[in-house]
Amino acid sequence: MPKFVLLWTDAAIWLLVVALAVYVWQVLRKPALAASWRKVFADGPALASAVILVLCLSITLLDSLHYRAALPQAAGSQAGAVAYDTRTRSVLDALLRPLVESRETTYSRPLAYQGFTKESLEVDGRILRVAPRLLHGGAHLTQPDTEWAGDVARRSAAGLALGLLAAALVAALTVMAVARAHRVAWREAALRVWHHETPIPWRVALITVLGVCLVGGVVAALAGRYHVFGTDVTGNDVLYQTLKSIRTAFVIGSLATLATLPLAVVLGIMAGYFKGWVDEAIQYVYTVLSSVPNILLIAACVLMVQVFLDKHPELFETGLERADLKLFLLCAVLGLTGWAGLCRLLRAETLKLRELEYVQAAKAFGVGHGRIMRRHVFPNVAHLMLIVTVLEFSALILYEAVLSYVGVGVDPSMNSFGGMINFARNEMSRDPVVWWPFAAAFTFMVTVVLAANLFADGVRDAFDPRSRAFRPRLSTRKPA
Amino acid sequence: MLNYLVRRTLYGILILIGVNLATFFLFFTVNTPDDMARLNIGGKRVTQELIEKWKSERGYDKPLYWNAPKAGSEKLTETIFWERSVSLFTLQFGRADSESAGDIGDEVTRRMWISIQLALPIFILQIIASVSFALLLVMFRHTRLDLVGVVLCVVMLSISALFYIIVGQYLFARVLKLVPISGYSGGLDVVRFLVLPVALSALARLGTEARLYRAMFLEEIGKDYVRTARAKGLSETVVMFRHVLRNAMIPIITSAGGYLPYVFMGSLVFESFFGIPGLGAYVIEAIGKQDFAIVRTMVFVGSLLYIASYILIDIAYTWVDPRVRLA
Repeated sequence: MPKFVLLWTDAAIWLLVVALAVYVWQVLRKPALAASWRKVFADGPALASAVILVLCLSITLLDSLHYRAALPQAAGSQAGAVAYDTRTRSVLDALLRPLVESRETTYSRPLAYQGFTKESLEVDGRILRVAPRLLHGGAHLTQPDTEWAGDVARRSAAGLALGLLAAALVAALTVMAVARAHRVAWREAALRVWHHETPIPWRVALITVLGVCLVGGVVAALAGRYHVFGTDVTGNDVLYQTLKSIRTAFVIGSLATLATLPLAVVLGIMAGYFKGWVDEAIQYVYTVLSSVPNILLIAACVLMVQVFLDKHPELFETGLERADLKLFLLCAVLGLTGWAGLCRLLRAETLKLRELEYVQAAKAFGVGHGRIMRRHVFPNVAHLMLIVTVLEFSALILYEAVLSYVGVGVDPSMNSFGGMINFARNEMSRDPVVWWPFAAAFTFMVTVVLAANLFADGVRDAFDPRSRAFRPRLSTRKPA
Repeated sequence: MLNYLVRRTLYGILILIGVNLATFFLFFTVNTPDDMARLNIGGKRVTQELIEKWKSERGYDKPLYWNAPKAGSEKLTETIFWERSVSLFTLQFGRADSESAGDIGDEVTRRMWISIQLALPIFILQIIASVSFALLLVMFRHTRLDLVGVVLCVVMLSISALFYIIVGQYLFARVLKLVPISGYSGGLDVVRFLVLPVALSALARLGTEARLYRAMFLEEIGKDYVRTARAKGLSETVVMFRHVLRNAMIPIITSAGGYLPYVFMGSLVFESFFGIPGLGAYVIEAIGKQDFAIVRTMVFVGSLLYIASYILIDIAYTWVDPRVRLA
């Protein structure tokens, strides 16, 4: 029986999932909110991005269930005493076990069967400089020079077929759901989806699913026998690293944004509502905060966190727990240093709201300040909170890379896009160039950030009608 | 105007006092000077004597906030807090924590000019590039060009600046060999070293800024005075450049001005990637060496520049828009 380990960020992530579920329940109950969210999903790019984000979120969740495997009973040990592995693994690690275990000695190109660097080997009694066969990548080939292309093509085709099948399954389920919701025959529903006639553009979602399934199918089919994105300097599979990096990006993006909310919301609403000296004091605090260049402030805080961790080794048992605590504290630091912008925005909005009739009426009825702020002001600024939260998400993922480069980001032992880019910097100046870790990090990071950005734009357009005017749209009318 | 500037400056000083308090608390109370000494001396054999020596060399051997044994006002002045604060406000930054590094003030003044050489062209090029791109999109609004342009912006702003740097260095310095990969030299030769970071930095922020400016222009275009201008029979070009551009300058200055502190601070990432020994590279080195004195000083210098640049922005408003009166 493995021992479950609840890391700090795991706990936060799962709490977040619970909060998200509560929010979804709220949305379903409130027609106005539900209408706004329908508008978000009616936007094609936003819906497609949502599909990608859900996929990344599920990878994150799989990677947020940690455990330490029980070691087999040693001969001399007491019965009943179970020793646990010193390494903490996640469910994702267990699923990707072949990738973790197929470790090479050093760099290898994507899908390679030979090593990247030549070594001196003895062939037929002579010492030759040859690229050695990899330990795992393409190890099943007996005649690699002739079999390799055929094998890769065959596996890819199988992967494509599998992906197609999975996509077809999803499409069938979607059509069935649409048929039920609209109370039409499934043929009619399929036609509506196909012709883009549903209120929510399911066709876009299904095309995205198809794309994801095809790519995922090919990668999955090849990953068992090859290193799809090659291996890094220590021979670790790059695909595995990029998948692990998704969690780091998501944790930073979501937790750090959420960490800004309490301070920003409470102080922002209070400043705008009470005005006077409260306002002055709060304005002073956030002006002080925002007048320090952000990256410097974060660097200063993270340095302090580092010293704190060095002083308190009793807080963590394993290396992973230390890295995780550092990540958690980094999110807290990002939250504590990043609330000024939202606070300013909420203050301005509350200043406007407090003069409105319904707030005045509540005051006249003798409703307390706290209640007015909670019941009347907060719900009316909540959309700003939501918009800023989703916009910040992608900004923070990008920021993580910069912070890791500067040396104040996540722990170097933790997989992250920033760490990968950091390594890539030296790899790109090697000769011949080692481009694949960079390319993998680039592809995944751009996909995640682009999806997050498009989704954020959808949310903003749906919740802030003013921004919709700036959407590029084609019109038949020529500009004057 | 003068009245306003004096008031702003006084408030700025108040803010700086706050920054100073916050950084002091962060650097000295969260971790005591003893911790810093231990970290800096490093190694296993850290004796109390070594720590005391390290502290007295750097003037950290006093109480933090309150020196009880002393008499009168010395209770307050004979403390680390007082001495550090006074020295910061008089711009005497003292020596760095680590052994090899010298006086921080000298380094800052020397490196500041290098940073400006990099950052000022970046700042100007960035505004020109983003504003022209945004104007182009707005001129062709409701056409395919606008759509493609906005999509391009979104894609570009989803790419980390680090990718631009790495690909740019690889392409222009390694493959095409147009410029050196990194480094810095004095004299006119410096252009060869700076051209790539300047271009890449402008490119990296093009997506974000052009999209923002495009929205600002579109907001202006919807206003009545634009319709009036068109009704007068002015050509679209004149409307755009003489009316819309001038009015959109205010929000543009606000947003571009937010970037101004980095003009002096130097872009941390660009400086260290391209081996340009400016202020940004200094900070990164200090972080690597865990030299708290430098980081602390740079936080102070950074906020000083930030406050100064915001006062500059306010002055710029009056220059761009005569309607704005600072009072």
